[in-house]
Amino acid sequence: MARASLDLYRVEDLLTDEERLARDTVRDWVEARVMPHIEAWAWEGRFPRELVAEMAALQLLGATWTEYGLPGLSQVGYGLVLQELERGDSALRSFVSVQNSLVMYPILTWGSQEQRDRWIPSLARGEAIGCFGLTEPDFGSNPGAMRTRARRVADGWVLNGEKAWITNGLIADVAVVWAKDDSGSVAGFLVERGTPGFAAIDHKGKYSLRASVTSQLSFSDCLLPLSARLPLANGLKCPLSCLTQARYGIAWGALGSALAMYHAALDYARTRIQFGGAPIAAHQIIQERLVWMANEITKGQLLVWRLGRLKEEGRATYVQVSQAKRNSCWVARECARLAREIHGANGIVNEYPVMRHLMNIESVYTYEGTHDMHTLILGEHLTGIPAFLPPCQGEP
Amino acid sequence: MNLCVLTAHVPDTASVIKVGAAGNRIDETGLKWIISPYDEYAMEEALKLKEARGGTVTYITYGPARAEAGLRECLARGGDAAVHVKGGEATFGDALAVARVLAAAVRKTGTFDLILVGVKGVGSDNGLVGAMVAELLDIPHVAGVTKLEVGEGSLTAHREIEGGAEVVTAPLPCCITAQKGLNEPRYPSLKGIMAAKKIPIQALSVADLGLDEGTLAGAEAGCRWRALSLPPAKSGGTIIPGEEDPAGAARQLATLLREQAKAI
Repeated sequence: MARASLDLYRVEDLLTDEERLARDTVRDWVEARVMPHIEAWAWEGRFPRELVAEMAALQLLGATWTEYGLPGLSQVGYGLVLQELERGDSALRSFVSVQNSLVMYPILTWGSQEQRDRWIPSLARGEAIGCFGLTEPDFGSNPGAMRTRARRVADGWVLNGEKAWITNGLIADVAVVWAKDDSGSVAGFLVERGTPGFAAIDHKGKYSLRASVTSQLSFSDCLLPLSARLPLANGLKCPLSCLTQARYGIAWGALGSALAMYHAALDYARTRIQFGGAPIAAHQIIQERLVWMANEITKGQLLVWRLGRLKEEGRATYVQVSQAKRNSCWVARECARLAREIHGANGIVNEYPVMRHLMNIESVYTYEGTHDMHTLILGEHLTGIPAFLPPCQGEP
Repeated sequence: MNLCVLTAHVPDTASVIKVGAAGNRIDETGLKWIISPYDEYAMEEALKLKEARGGTVTYITYGPARAEAGLRECLARGGDAAVHVKGGEATFGDALAVARVLAAAVRKTGTFDLILVGVKGVGSDNGLVGAMVAELLDIPHVAGVTKLEVGEGSLTAHREIEGGAEVVTAPLPCCITAQKGLNEPRYPSLKGIMAAKKIPIQALSVADLGLDEGTLAGAEAGCRWRALSLPPAKSGGTIIPGEEDPAGAARQLATLLREQAKAI
């Protein structure tokens, strides 16, 4: 019983039957299993861990791969799945993004056969949860300056350092951790829960992504076996390519949040009576806001659809992914604000989904490359000049 | 055991229904189509029986080209084969014509131990097709089943009746119509969705079944839809203020319910 969803440019016709069915299945599931409870979960600050098994049964974990009997969903189909999850709440989409793009992807891409056999099936079944440690308390946009170190010792590696803003950290069975080795090159390690010297603690006081687990990881002389290293991962480009995968999903997911806000605002504007018995949707100033939302969402839908097809052909670039992530998160952030305005005072209470999305999207706008960093990635692409590493002033 | 599920592809229950220009059909413009929700209970029961007992699940539908998407959605949840009898525009809403086509399609497709159908197709809500198919196939049927146990050569079915429950045994082959409460239909998995597109769907015309759709809709029509209209808009209702005298308000409400609404 899927609800209607904005589609002014018949993007529906650009999808395959499988993609539509995957989307509608997840939309129905979110409607039945998430929407009745999400305001309470967000209020309590609780991640609905009991839904992990259900998401695994739907095969959302590892959806795009074919190894290990995984479903082999198209990139557009996967994007639509994430759109529907984030239409529910950014926390759910974040969980799936991390498990797929930041944990299963690096293990499948750079892991040993043993690492893949050990983790991929259980991550797909939701029996194991993963997290990804790249960002540090002092290094967010500039991960290349990370302080976490992996020192080679006779029988393994010794990890020291701190990671921050780690989705799933506290509940993870395995952490994909990036650290500099003795030569200063970035290497990846699989750190299992319970390894001595490894601890995760909660980030307290979040007003955003409240139904998601966000943690700090600390490594204090944490001894890892030699087999913990991802043997084929070599250099900062590896974690950055994980981020490109995740950003692709966020580009779709954020539009799901924007759609939720648009439909909430439309419903409210049609039924809220003010000034002489007419719904506020009769006012030009309200229509202008709804049109702005619908217009930007439509452009965003066409952008992510095209990006997905390029990705399926192996032709999507990280610059295109940055552009789409930047655009979708900006559109979603503006839509949440406009929906809040249309809802008036009702926009701040949890009887409506607006404030929850509005607070969530601040994280989504910032994580996986801030809006500004994606601006600079595009800027570098256009000008050839990396503004985040400006040429020294005064040099000829 | 060989199981057959008869499915109908119906407008999404969340749709805004409009009457078409002809006045006796709904306007299908922009509608989203889904498997009739009661057929989902039939499908789930068939899949559970197959998982427990082995065998095959075959889906049969009678409808226009778009109904193929409904069969794919069935196959995405499990099942082995699907038959699409193309047509149905002319016989729309005529339960007997639909049942005659489906019964002929069942006969042509194979021998089944159990045929499962939704208790009614959402939208037309006749609740007739399952029983009519059983009659045409000359097998017993149990309607509105909320619990089913299948034994060797017979089944025991629980059905809701006015004010109670009825337990019925019937020999196989048999037809049951599935009521809400029979089970909790599963969601299709992504792997099921991807695998479903590889299963061939057998396409048949009504003529392939030895029937003529023109005659079914004409000389032999069981019923014709003359006109459709939307229900009248709801009135504003009556509000009885009760803060100052709750007991008096309750008396007034009871009086109105008895004398005006005749509800009690």
